[in-house]
Amino acid sequence: MIEVNKQGEVWIFAEQHNGTLEEVSLELLSKGRELADTLKVSLAAVLLGSQVGGESERLGHFGADKVYLVEHPLLEHYQTNTYAKIICELIEKHKPQIVLYGASPCGRDLAPRVASAMKAGLTADCTDLQIGNHEIKKTGQVFENLLLQIRPAFGGNIIATIINYDRWPQMATVREGVMPMPTPNVNKKAQLIQEPAHLSLEDLAIEILAEHRQQRKVNLKASRVIVAGGAGVGSKENFKLIWDLAHCLGAAPGATRAAVDLGFIDRDHQIGQTGTTVRPILYIAAGISGAIQHQAGMSESQKIIAINNDPDAPIFNIAHYKIVGDLTQVIPMMIKAIKEKV
Amino acid sequence: MGYHCVVLVKQVPDTKRITGQAMNEDGTVNRAALPAIFNPEDLNALEMALDIKDTHGGSVTVVSMGLPAAADILRDALYRGADRAVLITDRRCAASDTLATSYILSCAVRRLEPDIVLCGRQAIDGDTAQVGPQTAEKLGLPQLTYVEQIQKLDGQTLVARRNLGNGWQEVKTTLPALLTVVDSANEPRVPRALRLMKYKSAKCRIEIEAMAKDAPSIDVEAVYAALESKGLLIHQWDLDYLEADLRWCGRDGSPTKVHRIQSVVLTAKESKAVEPTQQGIEAMVHELIEDHTIG
Repeated sequence: MIEVNKQGEVWIFAEQHNGTLEEVSLELLSKGRELADTLKVSLAAVLLGSQVGGESERLGHFGADKVYLVEHPLLEHYQTNTYAKIICELIEKHKPQIVLYGASPCGRDLAPRVASAMKAGLTADCTDLQIGNHEIKKTGQVFENLLLQIRPAFGGNIIATIINYDRWPQMATVREGVMPMPTPNVNKKAQLIQEPAHLSLEDLAIEILAEHRQQRKVNLKASRVIVAGGAGVGSKENFKLIWDLAHCLGAAPGATRAAVDLGFIDRDHQIGQTGTTVRPILYIAAGISGAIQHQAGMSESQKIIAINNDPDAPIFNIAHYKIVGDLTQVIPMMIKAIKEKV
Repeated sequence: MGYHCVVLVKQVPDTKRITGQAMNEDGTVNRAALPAIFNPEDLNALEMALDIKDTHGGSVTVVSMGLPAAADILRDALYRGADRAVLITDRRCAASDTLATSYILSCAVRRLEPDIVLCGRQAIDGDTAQVGPQTAEKLGLPQLTYVEQIQKLDGQTLVARRNLGNGWQEVKTTLPALLTVVDSANEPRVPRALRLMKYKSAKCRIEIEAMAKDAPSIDVEAVYAALESKGLLIHQWDLDYLEADLRWCGRDGSPTKVHRIQSVVLTAKESKAVEPTQQGIEAMVHELIEDHTIG
């Protein structure tokens, strides 16, 4: 735990694997920039690894004012204990007011370990962050310029705004894909600050025996148009219609958890509370009732077309174009119309 | 050589079954209207522990912090094969965030001296996935998150496969260690009829006291002693028993506070009905091309 420090910097944890920054870390820089500007403090990225200094320049291009670089052979592969130890030491030394992590498997493993060691607060899976005041109603005491940590809870049924006013730093993990990627400025240079790492083999609590990373079969986050199917599509055979429509629009095929559980399509395509969060230009939802868990992953889409034979399906509440009808007839009509016009 | 596994479990509202009525007008959740269930991934953690017992011997203790009603899921765990159940219940636990919860759980785990601590990756009411790692930190144990399979267990070391979403990792650690378990790990076994017959009368002290309120002829101490001798007592611990430092429990021990709660109401700003005819669809496609959404 550190004292409340209004001059403290805004930090983001720059996650890298094999020397390459993860996209979510760059997304954090866009929100971090906004928060730092509002608070009139510096934005710093914390980069740990072995021979990863080359990426510090990119962190500058994407908005960081400073990069705290910690390099050590024992930091080559992410491990909870070593990374948490270094980050706690840096927090004790520089006393940032905010520390943000991507809500990736790595960030969600690391951040709670750091929070527990620092006896600080942590809010998981935020979908938005703002700066604002908090008043304690009973005493009338007002805390100014706190980090408002906004996240869905209860399976997406409510949106909770969480704060921590007395035990700092204020920390949050941020969902992948919900913050826009900043536009890089190659002229912007970050100040590089190298920090020492005092680590020995005893600091390694685990040994990594083997690792396999596979490329996702589909990049939903980068797609301008997504055609998604739900349980209402009915069968794996019918799901071919989703692929066909996606193909003729140059779109990515997506799915609800129900459709994935029914075996219509691979889990890589899942959109929603569990799964990927997307914000495409156009989202076509076919045979999707629109459970709140699914909406949590796609409601930020600019335009939504919903096709469902149930006129009361909740998806119609957020759709811009509502088509009440049988998708096995509607989708071929759409394919025909698109092929003729485009 | 057996292993003592401690499984941390939570009773949660079934967030998938929230209906309009289950939300209060101010957007807070009307917990009373929601069915309370065994947190799904905690069942996967319990299954992994029972599997360790089946293969290597040892015992399984389930621990839950919650309201007295959480005794229900502890009984459920006993039906499925757990040997011992502990309920941490104390009004001073109320309003604990993940940090305070982890502190309280760590006090309990320390007393149980386990070889392996297991819990679900996350609970469906908060989806934070923080309590596992934070409890591990409080206990000074290595944490293995997202565990899908234990591949090797030989006295002092454990090898497990972690599911990283976009791949996997095989890691080795020394015991004791804490594992968080994902839903793809296994298919939890169902309660067994014989165990259900045996453990359906298992109770904790607060439940015996509640019975005595309705039927004053019941002698609480006698029932307590009888259940204990039959191995049917759900152990009930409070913060005094745990010798917990109250500064780190409940509201005082929780750095995060709720600023605001809103219920989710999403609506499109403009919305149009499209006829499911070739003509209707063509008009829509034309519009989308005109405004450069597609094309």
